[in-house]
Amino acid sequence: MASTTPADTPPAPPVPGPGSRSTGRLGDKVFLGLSKGSGILLLVIMASIAVFLSYRSVIALSDNEGNFLTTFEWNTAGDPPVFGIAVLLFGTVVSSIVAMVIAVPIAVGIALFISHYAPRRVAAPLAYVVDLLAAVPSIIYGIWGALVLVPYLEGLNSWLDEFFGWTYVFEKTEIGIPRSLFTVGILLAIMILPIVTSVSREVFLQVPRMNEEAALALGATRWEVIRLSVLPFGRSGIISASMLGLGRALGETMAVATVLSPNFLVSLHLLNPGGGTFAQNIAAKFGEANEFGRDALIASGLVLFVLTLLVNGAARLIIARRKEYSGANA
Amino acid sequence: MKLQRKNGLRAAALGALVVSGALVLTACGSDDNASGGDGGGTKPSASSNIDCGDAKGQLRASGSSAQKNAMDLWVKNYMAACPGVQINYNSSSSGEGIVAFNQGTVGFAGSDSALKPEEVADSKKTCQSGQGINLPMVGGPIAIGFHLEGVDKLTLDAPTLAKIFDSKIKKWNDPAIAKLNEGVKLPDTAVQAFHRSEDSGTTQNLGKYLNAAAPDAWKYEPEKAWPAPGGQAASGSSGVAAQVKQVDGAIGYFELSYAKSQGITTVDIDTGGSAPVKATSENASKAIAAAQIKGQGKDLALGLDYATKADGAYPVVLVTYEVVCDKGNKPETLSAVKSFLGYTASEDGQKILTEAGYAPIPAEINTKVRETVKGLS
Repeated sequence: MASTTPADTPPAPPVPGPGSRSTGRLGDKVFLGLSKGSGILLLVIMASIAVFLSYRSVIALSDNEGNFLTTFEWNTAGDPPVFGIAVLLFGTVVSSIVAMVIAVPIAVGIALFISHYAPRRVAAPLAYVVDLLAAVPSIIYGIWGALVLVPYLEGLNSWLDEFFGWTYVFEKTEIGIPRSLFTVGILLAIMILPIVTSVSREVFLQVPRMNEEAALALGATRWEVIRLSVLPFGRSGIISASMLGLGRALGETMAVATVLSPNFLVSLHLLNPGGGTFAQNIAAKFGEANEFGRDALIASGLVLFVLTLLVNGAARLIIARRKEYSGANA
Repeated sequence: MKLQRKNGLRAAALGALVVSGALVLTACGSDDNASGGDGGGTKPSASSNIDCGDAKGQLRASGSSAQKNAMDLWVKNYMAACPGVQINYNSSSSGEGIVAFNQGTVGFAGSDSALKPEEVADSKKTCQSGQGINLPMVGGPIAIGFHLEGVDKLTLDAPTLAKIFDSKIKKWNDPAIAKLNEGVKLPDTAVQAFHRSEDSGTTQNLGKYLNAAAPDAWKYEPEKAWPAPGGQAASGSSGVAAQVKQVDGAIGYFELSYAKSQGITTVDIDTGGSAPVKATSENASKAIAAAQIKGQGKDLALGLDYATKADGAYPVVLVTYEVVCDKGNKPETLSAVKSFLGYTASEDGQKILTEAGYAPIPAEINTKVRETVKGLS
């Protein structure tokens, strides 16, 4: 889509031009008021959500008999109530890392293929299909994961266990079908593939033609062109695309809740069934939770909220820096 | 850039159109449903014994999904007989139902376990002059389903079951299992025990059984969350049943209806009585008959006898309650609550439970439920 609008010059505006600001007409005033109001409303909503979350979290945290950060247990109905996010934080981060390790190289590969290798006739449909992956609801990924992916991964898991068991990470010490953090990571990788691919693709398409042609003129092969001009130019773009994907992986709920066999243990044996993530834990516990249990879940949600905020913030920062860089060059 | 923004606007306008269109359509839809419901009333149904009293208006209720199928049947029959009343049972979960009840947003709640003392204390705000009470309404067996190639009949007792679910027994040809199953050829398959990943009343009731019938082997408090460290989890009874069906060597627990619909073989329980007992509605009723009422005053919370050795009594059972105020029910829904619960506790109401894979409440207790329902205010 963006590839068809390379023109940077603004087309002649058919309606009141940018020069005629504030004509004092009623329409202008109303529109200004409406848009300003919407902006303020959004901020008010965000602020009240934050206040609500913090307020409920504080109630739960003040009655928690365990350590919120280090307790390996979630028993809010117990007497006294005990809960901690250690397992959830670990599971969320580990499954997302697995997803990133798998998804980013593949996504960059697809993006490069679409932007630099595939003939236009293939590239457009392929890009469309990848984007389509993002339109599949996550519960469908979950059901597919539980019913199709999990049984098929049994072979891969025993292979990994046999040949890479010495790495500790791939050592399977417990019996059970692969409803593990590793499987969740694979599923998440598929789910974040479209966003990482499409953002990377856009960045690769923006590589200045001059740079590529200069490399070609120096006798570079296509791979060398990519290595010398495309990848260096797109590096920050790939990073920010990955961060956006990471943000999605961290917060994924239904797919994880359907596939994972959760427990409250931290284990680096990624193939063992077990573990848990923030969102999965909330989905699993919210229904039967009492008032206090809900406050506790909200507190864990707040941690996820902050984590996602940090990741997305980092992504924005990198994108913003890249913009300046490319703007200076263009 | 300009071009794209324009497209965006157009897309937004289109989106708004679609949304408003959908709203209009759904609005029409609900109207149609309402009139359809009225139309159903003109057709006299089999359940003509329902006493509508002066009930009318809308009755909202919420709670346990374990009694969902029974509620669906009851609501359908009741609304056919009493077209003036709209009953809306939201089968979310016991926890949600009790929260909603204590906030005063529902007429009654359904729950897998009796109210806890602190929940009763909370209920005094809603029931201004009284407090929340438990009315046992639906019973049912919790089936223990298994999947083991070459084995289609399996008997277990409470201690063995506890050790299996506590990951103490790891192979199906363990001597403890073999002793209970003479003549059955048990394979050397690994035991894969599945439990519910989310908090559940079914888990809690299984825990109560194991705790009462095998106190030495099962030392965990019966909680809605799975207490033991090992084993694998799946979400919902349907999820556990799906895993048991799929995995060789699996064992799990769920309501009997899931075992029936998925064709999963269930474990017979050796209670120490004359013969192992099958998981059926009738056998569950026999076990519930051994229960004592442990609630005070109008509260009819049951103390089940999980260690019962009575012939043909299947001890792994679950009783769901309807939670109402003994006094101080909301005046606008009081007559609907009394009329509807009067029907569910009636002979007709209890009779249809067996069809749905549940077990009726034994007559002696049920009589008290009916009296209590009549006396609600």
